[in-house]
Amino acid sequence: MTVRVLYFSWLRERIGVPSESIETEAVRVNDLLDELRKKGERYKLAFTQTSSLCVAIDQELGDMDSDITGAEEIAFFPPMTGG
Amino acid sequence: MKLSVQEEPFFPDGKIGHFSNQNQETGAIVTFLGKVRSDLENPLEYMLIEHYPGMTEKVIEKIMAEAVKRWNLIDCLVIHRYGKLTPGEDIVLVATSSKHRREAFEAADYLMDFLKSRAPFWKKEVTQSGESWVESKEIDEVALDRWK
Repeated sequence: MTVRVLYFSWLRERIGVPSESIETEAVRVNDLLDELRKKGERYKLAFTQTSSLCVAIDQELGDMDSDITGAEEIAFFPPMTGG
Repeated sequence: MKLSVQEEPFFPDGKIGHFSNQNQETGAIVTFLGKVRSDLENPLEYMLIEHYPGMTEKVIEKIMAEAVKRWNLIDCLVIHRYGKLTPGEDIVLVATSSKHRREAFEAADYLMDFLKSRAPFWKKEVTQSGESWVESKEIDEVALDRWK
């Protein structure tokens, strides 16, 4: 399936693009992360540490174990700092 | 219930004045205005606020609906800016209205706690000594526990 993957804040800067289309067979967020890390050094570096990494699946917060089957949009970002 | 996620500045007096014009059941209105703060020792040049269009609105609307339900609010308003902001500018305005003051106070507090760490905004600070992303604080997560 094809998903649109979005990156925000320093993840966007580290990876170098705000979003991209990814062809994936990943079932869970963790599988997608493994695939992304293989895309190159920038990705590997951005996703070295995932303990505070946040993910949204179709604009709903999830976690690294969340099922992404059928999802259209997956976003990765650091903890939010609004307000 | 009114939400605006916007780049352009807003005029708090006008927004609050408009919000205050309510039905006769309203006995209390609480407002909170969050501003861009500088630091005398390391002056801020400007702040860049990034957000996730679409998700931002969805998340905030959910938080607002929850606040209205939990404190039986008569109305609430959230305005949150993104983009480039300089010290002294207004970032966020929250207003709540209810029959009695306690509900309006608590709901405004709740809204701000959730806007801080559940709405997809990220702040970057630019000073003369460089730029850095604002890190989330443990205390902001702890604050959410108060509302469980």
